[in-house]
Amino acid sequence: MDFELFTNILYATLRTGTPLILIALGEMVCEKSGVLNLGQEGMVLMGAALGFIAAVVTGHAGLGIIAAILAGMLMSVLFAFLAVTLVSNQVATGLALTIFGTGLSGFLGAGYVGMAIEGIAPFPIPFLSDIPVIGKVLFSHDPLVYFSWFMFALIFWCFRSTRLGLTIRAVGENPEAANAIGIPVMKVRYGAILFGGAMAGLAGAYLSLVYTPMWSEGMSAGRGWIALALVVFASWKAERILLGAYLFGAASIMHLVLQGLGFEASPNLLAMLPYGATIIVLVIIASDAAKAKLSTPLALGQPYRPQV
Amino acid sequence: MNQIELHNITKRYPGCIANQAVRLKVDAGEIHALLGENGAGKSTLMKIIYGVVKPDEGTMFWQGQEISVKGPAHARELGIGMVFQHFSLFETLTVAENIALSLPKEQAKSLELLKQRIIEVSEHYGMKLDPNRYVHSLSIGEQQRVEIVRCLLQDVKLLILDEPTSVLTPQEVETLFKTLHLLAAEGCSILFISHKLDEVRALCDHATILKAGQVSGHCIPKETTTEELARLMVGDDTPLTEDYKKAEGAKSFLSIVDLSHQSDDPFACALKNISLEVKAGEILGIAGVAGNGQEELLNLISGEDTSAKETVFFAKKAVGNLTPEKRRILGLGFVPEERLGRGAVPDMSLQDNALLTGYQGELTKNGLINTNKVKAFAQNIIEKFNVKAAGIHAQAKSLSGGNLQKYIIGREILQNPKLLVCSHPTWGVDIGAAILIRHELVKLRDEGCAILVVSEDIDELYSISDRICAICDGELSPLAATHDVSINQLGMWMAGDFHAVNNDSKLANSSELNSSSELNSPATNNSAESEGAIK
Amino acid sequence: MLNITLEKRPSDSKAMSYLSPLFAIILTLISGGLLFTSLGQDPFHALYTFFIAPLTDVYGWTELGVKVAPLTLCAMGLMLCFKARIWNIGAEGQFILGGLGGGYIALELMDAEGIWVLPLVLLCGALSGLFWGAVTALLKTRFGANEILTTIMLNYIALNWLLYGVHGPLKDPDGFNFPESALFSDFATLPVLSDDYRLNISIFFALFAVAVIWALMSKTLLGFQISVLGEDKSAARFAGFKEERLIWFVLLACGALAGLAGVSEVTGSVGQLNPYISPGYGYAAIIVAFLGRMHPVGIVFASMLLALTYMGGEMAQMDLGLPKSLTGLFQGMLLFYLLACDLLISYRIVRKPAARTISSSSNPAQA
Repeated sequence: MDFELFTNILYATLRTGTPLILIALGEMVCEKSGVLNLGQEGMVLMGAALGFIAAVVTGHAGLGIIAAILAGMLMSVLFAFLAVTLVSNQVATGLALTIFGTGLSGFLGAGYVGMAIEGIAPFPIPFLSDIPVIGKVLFSHDPLVYFSWFMFALIFWCFRSTRLGLTIRAVGENPEAANAIGIPVMKVRYGAILFGGAMAGLAGAYLSLVYTPMWSEGMSAGRGWIALALVVFASWKAERILLGAYLFGAASIMHLVLQGLGFEASPNLLAMLPYGATIIVLVIIASDAAKAKLSTPLALGQPYRPQV
Repeated sequence: MNQIELHNITKRYPGCIANQAVRLKVDAGEIHALLGENGAGKSTLMKIIYGVVKPDEGTMFWQGQEISVKGPAHARELGIGMVFQHFSLFETLTVAENIALSLPKEQAKSLELLKQRIIEVSEHYGMKLDPNRYVHSLSIGEQQRVEIVRCLLQDVKLLILDEPTSVLTPQEVETLFKTLHLLAAEGCSILFISHKLDEVRALCDHATILKAGQVSGHCIPKETTTEELARLMVGDDTPLTEDYKKAEGAKSFLSIVDLSHQSDDPFACALKNISLEVKAGEILGIAGVAGNGQEELLNLISGEDTSAKETVFFAKKAVGNLTPEKRRILGLGFVPEERLGRGAVPDMSLQDNALLTGYQGELTKNGLINTNKVKAFAQNIIEKFNVKAAGIHAQAKSLSGGNLQKYIIGREILQNPKLLVCSHPTWGVDIGAAILIRHELVKLRDEGCAILVVSEDIDELYSISDRICAICDGELSPLAATHDVSINQLGMWMAGDFHAVNNDSKLANSSELNSSSELNSPATNNSAESEGAIK
Repeated sequence: MLNITLEKRPSDSKAMSYLSPLFAIILTLISGGLLFTSLGQDPFHALYTFFIAPLTDVYGWTELGVKVAPLTLCAMGLMLCFKARIWNIGAEGQFILGGLGGGYIALELMDAEGIWVLPLVLLCGALSGLFWGAVTALLKTRFGANEILTTIMLNYIALNWLLYGVHGPLKDPDGFNFPESALFSDFATLPVLSDDYRLNISIFFALFAVAVIWALMSKTLLGFQISVLGEDKSAARFAGFKEERLIWFVLLACGALAGLAGVSEVTGSVGQLNPYISPGYGYAAIIVAFLGRMHPVGIVFASMLLALTYMGGEMAQMDLGLPKSLTGLFQGMLLFYLLACDLLISYRIVRKPAARTISSSSNPAQA
């Protein structure tokens, strides 16, 4: 395998991993506050669809991004209302969000299938992108890749050293106690959920405006679910999400690697790889039961409503 | 001018009136007790003062001004601090982080400065704390200190403590009382919620007694007899003395031999070389503060956790590796600590819950459920044990704590167990149900059943146990006949000091303990020199 | 702000648990009407087209039956899992694998004759689905892996496996290079109830499954154990119920039922293997289970409603030119509204107590 191919593979890995990072970071924050939102797939698709539609209609990809973020937040508000205010079963509600989002995105996007747009171009950082190998791999990406790194750093810092991070963790561990000491549990959870929605919507926009600038039904192909697995794999730690996302990204582009090595394989069999990798990862993480228990937010998935 | 005054406070919940027209007055520097049995409304009243719950009627005055407490943060601003019965702590955070969360932003800006303050304040009041430790690694007594220090850091003018001593060894109670006296001397008001008369008489200047949500009296505890206090708490028709004869068991039924066990759970307590024996026709009581291995030990007896075969024996048969249903066939009955969510399924009916442990007898045949027999069994439990419920179809969660506990105990007793294991049998249960439960346990013992009771209620253990011991840090103290063990001795055992020889003259009092156990007595030993091994 | 708030009921309201699905349906209809209006359609005509038009003749009802069968089979299996709180989202993959496995055998037996062919094919389909359920059970019990995520991954793997098959080794050599297998022989085809309709005997499989599982859950100790495990794990442990064995049971049962549904579909209305053997039945069955209140009778009715949404989507596409994803939209709305209305089972809506003002309380002088 020649050098250029190797560079290209690394470059592609980073691009492929970016939507996963965005979704996973968003869901991590949401889960740290104790809420399990299984509706990622639906929110991502809504972001992709509405982002694409907005970009086509207004002619500006940037507006598409904003529309996508709003779409994700709107969907997540729906989820928050049911799961937090109406204390519904979070698993079922998340599934409902996925099914609804998948259907609604398909419905709204029906008239836009097959259209092509400009998309968002890569933005090579001056000087740095001229460094051999690293310049291409790290500094010649589109703005959203850089943004994903920025979000990672922000969230890492938030949970390490800020009061907000502490508050979210407290709510996720023991909402009863948090309420008793005066933390507005419902507000915190709404905020965390909305953040997750915004990130998911943004990831959707990445798919339809940058990665493959087009819309088609179900184009996220399960990335939302993989991102959920990623959060578990990362033991709710931001740095591990980065690592895991790129590993999955690599698994997704295996066909490039194999081509480079001179192998031919059925695309369908190769397509199984990321999903199989996810299962393996879940097994590895779960086997260390004691460690898993210590890092899971204790109140994750349990409906809670303060009693007045 | 009083520090705090409550007028006509009323709070209603669907199905009950938690507080009705309650009046309360506490002065600066006064230690005021709020007495009452489980379910009398004490916790609700405190939640109202702290702003967690809003009253339906009534007013509150703080330092002469009428106020409405908007929430815990507002209460803290006013200078009201609360130490809950169930700690509101975050186990995966450190002591400093926990305290930082409950302080307003400005005060918690620098974590380093906060840690300094924590060390200073906690030492000043005799409650040493290391701010960098994770809360899950602290003992229950230490966790309570975090709750108290949290309040102290906010310039507290009124400190409310909700049943603080139920999780402490007698020696730790001493330390707590010293701290409270110090605080009161500095001008802080203290509201002490309890149902333990002896402690209230030792500590408090004034008392308000609540019964069924209403104020049944005010008094000065030191000038009031235990009997008068008890009467105010429970009314005139409940018997005050429970007079149980001690018995000696016959043949050994339950035998645990050199059991050591470490569960996979990182939060669990490891058991070390536990050996005990419970004979048919006796009650063995195990005292101990929560978190010292009771949970783990009981799981190994019930079969929910298994160990090596030859560590646990039922009537000489090795059962250590058997799962619960097999042990039940051999005669085990078990009443766990959690009634809703383990002892009974909250959303299922009483009828279904009867089947939960009774499914190996006549209630099923070849895998099919005999619905009529199940209904009859459930009905029988309700009648024999005076369970107030809307019928066998009522959901378990709709029953009050006392009634559900009666149902669960009744379910086990009516299956004629040879060994009945009870964990905290009257915790959170109203006085009527508690008396019935203790009565039934003694009756069962007299019929030849071997009974093991684990409890934090030392008075109860003294009342019904024939032999007694304590568990601390996964190790068991020596076992002895109840009348040979003084409270002080038991306290030392509970703190882990198994070898101390108690030369205290109070040992002579043991004859009083033997003949009549008054409601919530005997008197605490106030003159303990050593503080024991405080963990 | 609204002057109402939620108050916890002392005990769950049984009446509401029956009314909740009704409310959900009504709310969905209203939302659907609004949606159609916003698209410039006459709401009543559109709702009629979607919900009523498909059932105006006998053929329509038999078509409903064609879809009710797989939905009911899957939903009954899911009911077992959900009652045990095993969130098996993998009915879709188990369905597909059932179709794939059974279909593979049917292709191998293309030249075989005899009445034993069909039962064998069906059995292989059920076993294939059961195998897929077993993978999940193993991952959960042996490795502790969360079943929601593993089953979803397995769904995608199953789909890709099917695609691999129809694009490659199982492709019909005489099929003009379309990604589909040859049509199955008559011996490997489910008999229809009448030559005029597509409705076949799979509807009987479904009804049989309903009867058996109903009896299991209400009359047997095994059913009781499953219920307790789902309601309260701690109590199940306390009672000595074997959690692992129960998990295996519900996953294997569901896999087998979904697999049976899949193989029935490919040997029945589809007649071959192709990429589209499931229009999302496995996922729709989840909604059926919830809407049907995890009760056999409810599930049958809910199956009919969801089968209707498929037909309605097709009708709306044909008559009104609306996209077929309308089906998914309505299905999602139904579940959403159901979950919202379910709140009323444990809580009731009450008027907020009037805010206390300084003068509303008793005169301090009287205290």
